[in-house]
Amino acid sequence: MLTRREFLKLCLSSAALSLSGILLPKVAEALGDRGEKATVIWLELMTCTGDFMSFANTLSPDVEQLIRDTIKLEYQNTLMTAEGETALKHLYETASKQEGKYILVVEGTVPTKDNGIYGKIGYFEDGRPVTDLDAVKYFGTRAKYVIAIGTCASFGGPYAASPNPSGSLPVDKILKDVQVINTPGCPCHPDWFVGTLSHAILYGVPELDAFGRPIMFYRHSIHDFCPKRQHFENSIFAKFPGDYGCLFEIGCKGPVTFVDCPTRMWNSAHINWPVKANTHCIGCVSPEFPDGMSPFFAHLPDVDLPGINASSSLVGKVAVGGALMGVAGHAAVSLLKGRIQNHLVNGSQTRHVDEKTLSMLQEEEKTTAEALKASGAASIKDAAGKSKESADDSGVKAHYGEKSRKRPDSGKRMDADASDELSPREVSVVKPKKIRIIKKISSKEKD
Amino acid sequence: MPVKIISPITRINGFWRLDAKIENHRIVDAFSGGIFFRGLEKILLGRDPRDAVYLTERICGICSTAHALASSHAMEDALRIMPPRNGIIIRNLIFGADLLQNHIRHFYFLTVPDYVKGPDRPPFTPGYNVDFRLSKDTSSQIYENYMESIHISRAAHDMVTIFGAKIPHNHGILPGGASVPPDGDNVRMFLSIIKRVKDFINSKMIRDAELIAEAYSDYFEIGAGHRNLMSFGMFSHPDKSGEFYFRPGVMIGGRPEELDRKAISEHVKYSWYDDAPPLAPEEGLTEPDAKKPGAYSWVKAPRYKGLPMEMGPLARLVIRGDYPEAYGTMHRILARVYEAKKVAELMEEWVMELEIGKPVFAPYEMPSDFEGAGMVEAMRGCLGHWFRANGRRISHYQIITPSAWACSPRDNNGIRGPIEEALVGTPVEDFDQPVEVGRVARSFDPCLACAVHAIDARGMQKDIYIGT
Repeated sequence: MLTRREFLKLCLSSAALSLSGILLPKVAEALGDRGEKATVIWLELMTCTGDFMSFANTLSPDVEQLIRDTIKLEYQNTLMTAEGETALKHLYETASKQEGKYILVVEGTVPTKDNGIYGKIGYFEDGRPVTDLDAVKYFGTRAKYVIAIGTCASFGGPYAASPNPSGSLPVDKILKDVQVINTPGCPCHPDWFVGTLSHAILYGVPELDAFGRPIMFYRHSIHDFCPKRQHFENSIFAKFPGDYGCLFEIGCKGPVTFVDCPTRMWNSAHINWPVKANTHCIGCVSPEFPDGMSPFFAHLPDVDLPGINASSSLVGKVAVGGALMGVAGHAAVSLLKGRIQNHLVNGSQTRHVDEKTLSMLQEEEKTTAEALKASGAASIKDAAGKSKESADDSGVKAHYGEKSRKRPDSGKRMDADASDELSPREVSVVKPKKIRIIKKISSKEKD
Repeated sequence: MPVKIISPITRINGFWRLDAKIENHRIVDAFSGGIFFRGLEKILLGRDPRDAVYLTERICGICSTAHALASSHAMEDALRIMPPRNGIIIRNLIFGADLLQNHIRHFYFLTVPDYVKGPDRPPFTPGYNVDFRLSKDTSSQIYENYMESIHISRAAHDMVTIFGAKIPHNHGILPGGASVPPDGDNVRMFLSIIKRVKDFINSKMIRDAELIAEAYSDYFEIGAGHRNLMSFGMFSHPDKSGEFYFRPGVMIGGRPEELDRKAISEHVKYSWYDDAPPLAPEEGLTEPDAKKPGAYSWVKAPRYKGLPMEMGPLARLVIRGDYPEAYGTMHRILARVYEAKKVAELMEEWVMELEIGKPVFAPYEMPSDFEGAGMVEAMRGCLGHWFRANGRRISHYQIITPSAWACSPRDNNGIRGPIEEALVGTPVEDFDQPVEVGRVARSFDPCLACAVHAIDARGMQKDIYIGT
């Protein structure tokens, strides 16, 4: 059987091999020793079912092997034969028989408006509805592990976007006392999910970043390992989707998106991914998706672009510095990410960082500041942006602490008022070689 | 009246509520209600019109490419632009591959368990145990193909990825065309996979469907419904602007008609919205009223010239002349597998029509105010996006999905929606195991994740009221 170390190594060397292909037989083997398969209950809530469809694309093992050798998929709305009472009864029976042992997979966001009547998984025989909200609370507190698959379950996603008509919240906002493993992505890549599931079965909860994402997948920015990174450095920018060059100017959110798409690619067969297909990353694994990542077709706006440049290269420095200092690089990255996004993405909001994490982050901030100093940058603040907002920002707390802050309304979304920048054809500023883009005057500053 | 509640209905994409009144082992009336409010049309307001292509995809994980296509057509209609020839072909290839994935998964994952007894382990257990008519050997053969279909449908999704970057929610279909230029590398991969998928459809899927159809021949008659068919036209012709490989058209009571794209309206008398006369989608309102008396659905009732319409593979093939005029549950299932065969054959030809070195995308300028409509075929029927933009912001967006047509409630004239109508008259042998209801309803390939636009029908629940 694999050791934990070997496992992580496998996960990180994603591009060369099919993660799940190597892992899952091992998982089956591990389970075989104990003579039982892991029970999995998969709840579909307010979702497009895209994460299940993505899961169905897992390559090796395929779904057939998984449900035969590795897991007992006792409840899955799209696949299961049972319907009606039979299905619901089976769901509750399984949960009580396997209480504390089953793995709960939640797909979709949880509508909470009007006590959750906007989403139901079914009805009891006596006519009482089981709302998504009830189901998450009931099955979430009895599970051994809770894995949120996809951005909706992890962070809210498109249906919780402004103005959030159904009052939807991510799973970890509902299950406050339960460790929720977030595997975001719109949809979640089959490997991200199957790898996380395997880790949970074999070794328990994987190491997570500040957003509850396993760092074995959600560690480096898209920008860091982007095959078009050199185009960015050389200022070769695509002018429209399908054009040759770096996609930054048509709206790529790679610099502020942290996941391994560039090396893993899609789907399980590792064929392609948005940037290889000459379209831009829209940041779908990020907590702020989609509000903080849109307009999709406008490049990261309202910022001092040297700040962005600083940020993208700084991320690397911090990570290195962090590692040198014995600080987990991912935390530094996440921290910086949160901060950078606060400057870059007007109105983005981090929704679920608790006090404990917050103080950890503040601790990390100090440590990384030292790391930075050692690696030559003056301070995170200096590097992460010289915009006006940053001067007002009293630290991490200003960003993470404002829990009650409303989601941005449509008017406050990343503003495209200076809409001349919107058309890809019109963006034609010739960049100096070492990117040093003239600061665009944001509508705020005009005021 | 004794009431029996069965909920949820599984094996559809999404959730809805179906109330069926059953008398003397026969359904005498049915009510189809979407009970989920998601509000995507409201979410779209105020956003950059170009974002709609990626956001509306996220309505549905199984037919995301169809929404991307509809949204792109709407933008192109508004801006009066035409994608290059290569762009149209590549979009057809992406959508075709997703359609094959949908048809294969619909047949094996969603349909087969209604007719064939599966292996004795989850997720195939528990389940009903009535009316399984195929022999043990045949059943296990079909489930062997079920398992193979997992690989084949995944491969179909890999085809989408070749030109679409990823799936679900591809990036390669967007206003202005496509994004991946064809070359020897991606073309050879595509050709290899399409051949594999086609072989599976021809040698396994069609045979399995015909085996089921033979054993359940009474289902050719059951679930006929309103007998009105409609198609918006599928797969744009790259050389003939406005023409399609699967032509648009309408059949009302067996009489073929040209499609009038302006004859669509939405009724809301039985839906939880403020009352209004039937409105065209360009004007459609979405003001929810959850307490409206008499209403039972979040789905509006779309109508063509005031009539409920059936759509999907059967409608497309009948209108195209590839299937005799027929109505009924098993016809829908057979038409779906035959259409998969046809599409796979066409796709092989289209790949060879790609012109290496020619553009795939036409850049465009965005004016301040514009409006457009995108009317395309999704896997399960007619999909329309209508939008208006002011000051480069979306000020109006209405989507009518095929499942909204199929799962619609009664309209202002009290006429039942297509699935409601198809259920009436369906026999139900065993009150405790009403397998027949799911067979009829699933033959429409309802995708409730799509069914309500501004709203979304979810909750996946069926109440069966059994009375005497």
